[in-house]
Amino acid sequence: MSEWKKICLVTDIPVLGSRRVSRAKGIDVAVFRNDQDQVFALLDRCPHKGGPLSQGIVFGTSVACPLHNWTIGLADGCAKQPDEGCTPKFSCKVETGQVFLDAVELATLALDLQPPRAGPGATSGALGDESFSVQAPQTA
Amino acid sequence: MKKSKLVMVGNGMAGVRTLEELIKVAPDLYDISVFGAEPHPNYNRILLSPVLAGEQTLDEIVLNSWDWYTDNHITLHAGKKVVEVDRIKRVVRADDGTEEEYDRLLMCTGSNPFILPVPGKDLQGVIAYRDIADTNAMIDAATKYKKAVVIGGGLLGLEAANGLMLRGMEVTVVHVMPWLMERQLDDVAGKLLQKSLEDRGLKFLIGAQTQELTGNEEGRVKSIKFKDGSEVATDLVVMAVGIRPNTQLAESMRLHCNKGIVVNDTMQTVTDARIYSVGECAAHRGIAYGLVAPLFEQAKVAANHLAMFGIGRYSGSLTSTKLKVTGIDLFSAGEFMGSDGAEEIVMSDPFGGVYKKLVIKDDKLIGACLYGDTVDGSYYFKLLRDGRNVSDIRDKLIFGESNLGDAGHEGQNKAALMADDAEVCGCNGVNKGTICKAIKEKGLFTLDEVRKHTKASASCGSCTGLVEQILMFTAGGDYSATPKLKAMCACTDHGHQAVRDAIRANKLLSISDTFKFMEWKTPNGCATCRPAVNYYLISTWPKQAKDDPQSRFINERSHANIQKDGTYSVIPRMWGGETTASELRRIADAVDKYKIPTVKVTGGQRIDLLGVKKEDLQNVWKDIGMPSGHAYAKALRTVKTCVGSEWCRMGTQDSTQMGKDLERAMWRMYAPHKVKFAVSGCPRNCAESGIKDVGIIGVDSGWEMYIAGNGGIKTEVAHFFTKLKTAAEVLEYTGAFCELYRQEGWYLERTVHYVNRVGLDYVKKKILEDHEGRKALWEQLQFALDGEPDPWFDLKEASVDARQFEKLTPA
Repeated sequence: MSEWKKICLVTDIPVLGSRRVSRAKGIDVAVFRNDQDQVFALLDRCPHKGGPLSQGIVFGTSVACPLHNWTIGLADGCAKQPDEGCTPKFSCKVETGQVFLDAVELATLALDLQPPRAGPGATSGALGDESFSVQAPQTA
Repeated sequence: MKKSKLVMVGNGMAGVRTLEELIKVAPDLYDISVFGAEPHPNYNRILLSPVLAGEQTLDEIVLNSWDWYTDNHITLHAGKKVVEVDRIKRVVRADDGTEEEYDRLLMCTGSNPFILPVPGKDLQGVIAYRDIADTNAMIDAATKYKKAVVIGGGLLGLEAANGLMLRGMEVTVVHVMPWLMERQLDDVAGKLLQKSLEDRGLKFLIGAQTQELTGNEEGRVKSIKFKDGSEVATDLVVMAVGIRPNTQLAESMRLHCNKGIVVNDTMQTVTDARIYSVGECAAHRGIAYGLVAPLFEQAKVAANHLAMFGIGRYSGSLTSTKLKVTGIDLFSAGEFMGSDGAEEIVMSDPFGGVYKKLVIKDDKLIGACLYGDTVDGSYYFKLLRDGRNVSDIRDKLIFGESNLGDAGHEGQNKAALMADDAEVCGCNGVNKGTICKAIKEKGLFTLDEVRKHTKASASCGSCTGLVEQILMFTAGGDYSATPKLKAMCACTDHGHQAVRDAIRANKLLSISDTFKFMEWKTPNGCATCRPAVNYYLISTWPKQAKDDPQSRFINERSHANIQKDGTYSVIPRMWGGETTASELRRIADAVDKYKIPTVKVTGGQRIDLLGVKKEDLQNVWKDIGMPSGHAYAKALRTVKTCVGSEWCRMGTQDSTQMGKDLERAMWRMYAPHKVKFAVSGCPRNCAESGIKDVGIIGVDSGWEMYIAGNGGIKTEVAHFFTKLKTAAEVLEYTGAFCELYRQEGWYLERTVHYVNRVGLDYVKKKILEDHEGRKALWEQLQFALDGEPDPWFDLKEASVDARQFEKLTPA
């Protein structure tokens, strides 16, 4: 028996758009809505370089990653051929216009995955590069 | 429903390509069976030469393995030659008695080599060069015999000669015409080629006419005799004097043949609409093509029609030629021999082994012949295909596209000489070895496929010439010929111009109307077409078409630049690059308050705040209180200025004020791509006006206007456009040019590419000569910009969905 967490109304997500869902731990979850009012949920992290999929253009049942335009399937989280890789997908249900995500998955899924890094210190910017923390320039 | 039956006669490249295209669009429409006379699956015939030369093996050139046929439920009758087709009962019969019924028949019988009708042509050791059997015969002969003669100094003959030589034979090429490859090269290039091949060890008998082949007691060829009485001893004769469309079967079926099986624009035979024909056997508008690019275009059309979509039309191809002899680069296209009234531009360096000839007629490039340096082949081919007026670039044309500021691959122009680990694509870090490997392992044929699989040439495109060269010698043939009209994306067959025209002519006001009207293949397009269509709508029908933020790239949806970690950068507008203490103080405070990690001065004289969290964007905008810099948009970005006459002791004009006026008049202007201006106060040009979309340079008597420069991927120096007297004129002419570009440019086409496409003369006519038209354009731009919101402050008016800035939290 899974426990479902109430997230938002379907109408809170723009048509052919998405919203970000924050979690206690781990990278955000992106919830998407297509023009058929279907709702999908994926980890907000492209399998390529970690781009936030929630910021991409949604079409059909796919989203184009905003960083390098990989096409990711909303239903399975997988990149379209010939690109390879998948991002974790989250169970998602819609009841009377309300979007729910699975509480256990929210708390436990894909906690090990690191967000992409940028800025001073993030020399390679490679995914999962551990040795970096954002340095704010001010001292006081 | 019972499936229809499709039978294909001939198992070659054009035919199988048709099946592949058909399976892609209509996988379950037909029961397919294929007859092939050769006992092999479909292989890449063009690569027989590298096989002969020992550079590849037979296994490597197979395109569709036996498994491919099984996997796609295609019955393959390999090694069975079709001898009869009954068009009344619709039955195909092979030489071993195998029969198949058909509803649709695809004739892909290809071509036969032409055998000279001389005595001795049937002797042992006299062969053609056409298929795997011929290639094996040559490889076999090279192990047993010493001397070979190749008759025919064309593309195929030279490849055969080169291969036999590499396998250790002494090879003489006999060519009846005055120079080699006379159909693809002019005399100068032909002789350069001959010299280079002679240096490698080939012998040539130019102008020699074959009279007879003589044999020894065992019936094997021993010598070749010429009309002038001379004789050359040989153990092998390869005839490569040309091919003829194989129409024997078609003629027996009483299909109309004339230089091939005559077909219409949907590749159906004119005699029987159930029967299609593609490939070397098909004569379309009087031409039977022998190169692979046009055949693939035919395949696409035939597949489309077989799939009952019926919208594709084949309207002929322009072709270009390259020779597959490793280390020899040559390229020719169009009417390279010149013709009446044509002019030639020639660059010749016979000692350096470089020769280039361009043929121009009526200000258009109609032919090109390159030897030794062919990296610009595809550039010339494109100019030729597009039929663009070249008068304005004529003085530089011979130096090619790559002569100026082409960055990213160390100025390389000979892919063959590059090492495997040499970087070809500097944007995506793809080296030559990776590209070669992908082409071989994944069976790639087109530039597009290479882009998809390797990302090479997929970003800035400056290495396209190199990638095409690699494709050419790895996959063979010239696959660069794209259809004249490039579709916008896979969602439609229409090109950008067609979509623009339809939106204007039919007053389409929304994306869904446009998709419906233009019969889009996908329900809501893709990330390529939707932003383009959205731009066309709002630029064509300002104040009427509604902007759709969900069809904009994220930067234009969130009005900030996304960074690689998903944070954003904020660049406020600083009119003409001028700022104040209070603006700087507010910026500094915001940096502290929102812990913004990096502050950087941009190349456009503004300040960039990098690493802003999306949740903070609205507050940062509010705290700074400066207008949006649109640094994230396909819109007017910066107006770079120098100090000008207000302070500078050299200044002749107040460039800062001119820049501010231009910026205030045209900010919020969306365009097909980003637009940058610069204003310099004197010809020292400190604002770098020569590489901007519009560059203004003050002189003592007024302002010089330059257009269509670009400092990006390829440095493009702006063209001098006109000289103006007053600041008001500068505004009007600049605005009119921008509006013309806004209305006619294709999405993601910078001004330099737009002007290259339509020609500078056209732009001059519209802006400089047509005074009414110019004023109208300037008014249209002012109308479009009047009352446009600042997206950082008027969120609602700018259709900014503010929900995107908030995160949801599970209840």
